[in-house]
Amino acid sequence: MLGLIVPAVLNGLMTGAIYALVALGLTLIYGVLHIINFAHGSLLMLALYAVYFLHVGLGLDPYAALLPMVAAFFVLGYLLQRGIISTFSHGKDSNILLVTLALSIIFDNLALNLWTSNTRTIDLPYAFEMVEIGPAFIPLPRLIAFLASLVFAALLWFIMARTRTGKAIRAIAVEKRGAELMGINVRHAYAMCFGIGTACLAAAACLLMPTFYVTPQVGYAFVLVAFTTVVLGGMGSFVGALVGGLLLGVVEALCGLFLGESLGQIGIFAVFILTLLFRPAGLFSPRGAR
Amino acid sequence: MNKSEHTASVRVGVILAVCALLPYFALSPGWTGVAINMLIFSLLALAWNITGGFGGMMSFGHAVLFGSGAYTAAMLQLHLGLNAWLAGFLALVAAAAVGTFIGALAFRYGLRGSYFALVTLAFAEVFRVLASSFAVTGGGQGLSLTLSSDLANLQFASRLENYTFVLVLVLAALAVTVAVRNSRFGAYLIAIRENEEAAKALGINTFRIKVAAMTLSGAIAGMAGVAYLQTFLFVDSQIGFGPVMSIEALLGPIIGGAGTVLGPVLGVLVLHTVGELARESIGGSPGLNLVFYGVVLLLILRFLPDGLMGLFRPRRRAADPQEKKP
Repeated sequence: MLGLIVPAVLNGLMTGAIYALVALGLTLIYGVLHIINFAHGSLLMLALYAVYFLHVGLGLDPYAALLPMVAAFFVLGYLLQRGIISTFSHGKDSNILLVTLALSIIFDNLALNLWTSNTRTIDLPYAFEMVEIGPAFIPLPRLIAFLASLVFAALLWFIMARTRTGKAIRAIAVEKRGAELMGINVRHAYAMCFGIGTACLAAAACLLMPTFYVTPQVGYAFVLVAFTTVVLGGMGSFVGALVGGLLLGVVEALCGLFLGESLGQIGIFAVFILTLLFRPAGLFSPRGAR
Repeated sequence: MNKSEHTASVRVGVILAVCALLPYFALSPGWTGVAINMLIFSLLALAWNITGGFGGMMSFGHAVLFGSGAYTAAMLQLHLGLNAWLAGFLALVAAAAVGTFIGALAFRYGLRGSYFALVTLAFAEVFRVLASSFAVTGGGQGLSLTLSSDLANLQFASRLENYTFVLVLVLAALAVTVAVRNSRFGAYLIAIRENEEAAKALGINTFRIKVAAMTLSGAIAGMAGVAYLQTFLFVDSQIGFGPVMSIEALLGPIIGGAGTVLGPVLGVLVLHTVGELARESIGGSPGLNLVFYGVVLLLILRFLPDGLMGLFRPRRRAADPQEKKP
């Protein structure tokens, strides 16, 4: 039995790292600025397609696409927030929720229309190279994804903790008007935040694509997982998102092992509902805060 | 109900009444089919409107109630051999129970706003995965009723008969909505939407009111599910609990005007008419109608924050108390 559980846990950790990376983008947007970005999953889907077409069309390796993808999606996120989300929602929270929902509907179905619902994967020569860790064999790309996710998390932490932009974003999260009075350009900082969050998705897409697939609906599955991670880890907490993501990966892997592949996701939803009900402020925070 | 609101309702009411009569005189069977679809979605929209429109509890997973209704009715008929009318009624009760359960759970722990939206979405997903995983619910294939077009089986020989049945359900749901609007219960709900803390401070048992709204919403959404099942004689996990149905539920009210009586129906009517016309002109390319819905939603949010109902209000801005808000 242990021979089954340990590989499942290790595999779960690898998946969890990607969840964490997706969630890091969301925790930045959702946790720090209290903007509900429902389009997060759809943007990930777009990023996955971008990686796919870069590989199929230009023969670009997903890892080589990492930097240009991150840059492109940063710009995309920045423009999306500045051009559509902030102007269309009139600054009301419930409207932001609906605007991002509308965006996700548009992206998902546009993808369905343009690229059909076929599941697409890319073939890479190194996709099935295995690395032996204890009793388990882990595909090399998943190990790379795991380590890279940790690096990105650290990078994100550095941006938020040590740069002026990070400081501005944190200031706005605490006291928007005060920050504005101190001369911080709130609209710019919001859009920066959104851009960075979206850039995380591009990175996640590059790391995911070698071992994953893309369909127009793929983002939908990630939305809930990402929200679960953010809620589980506590709003706006980077360490929380990281631990939450890893935890969820393991939960999913174990549920898949014991309940069968199709019910594996149930574990995640169950964790989500239970966390929302009993610990809405996250696993690592004192009770009651909401 | 203030005066401009009243004028808007009368104007929209006349338009909707004329449209509702069209299938009896002027529509091809194809369009009558579309009209039946619109009525089913209107039911769902009216269900969402009770919680989301009056109560301000935005649900992103209303499909969970719709699907519970449809699946309960189907399973009772297929596995227990119950009469369709009885099964339909029990399905309504079951959907109301699911609504009560989710509401009680979510509000017991004070979930609001985006948290509520997410938890309803998560419930819909759980139900969707469960429904596609077990044999009782037909697994991936879904459940099909056996065809026997007889009113005793709640199945219809003609489209027009089918249309009339769903129309009666929509009228009943509208009557319920009017009753809610004019009742103390409705006033409490609106008070909760505007300021929950203040409502609580005034002695309103906000928990009970909100759960009751979810119960009522569940019953109406369940009705929509039953109507869907009896019309198409089929339900599967994607239709019953999938995201498309949850989106349909909220599009109508938000586009038409959330928290109004006729707005949700108006929203569904406009959205589907234009969507259908667009499909006929561009051809049935998959997903394109939903792209179009998304764009309409964006434009409404941008230019008509009060929904289409706002268009029918008399143009005297100063008299409209709604305008005073920042």
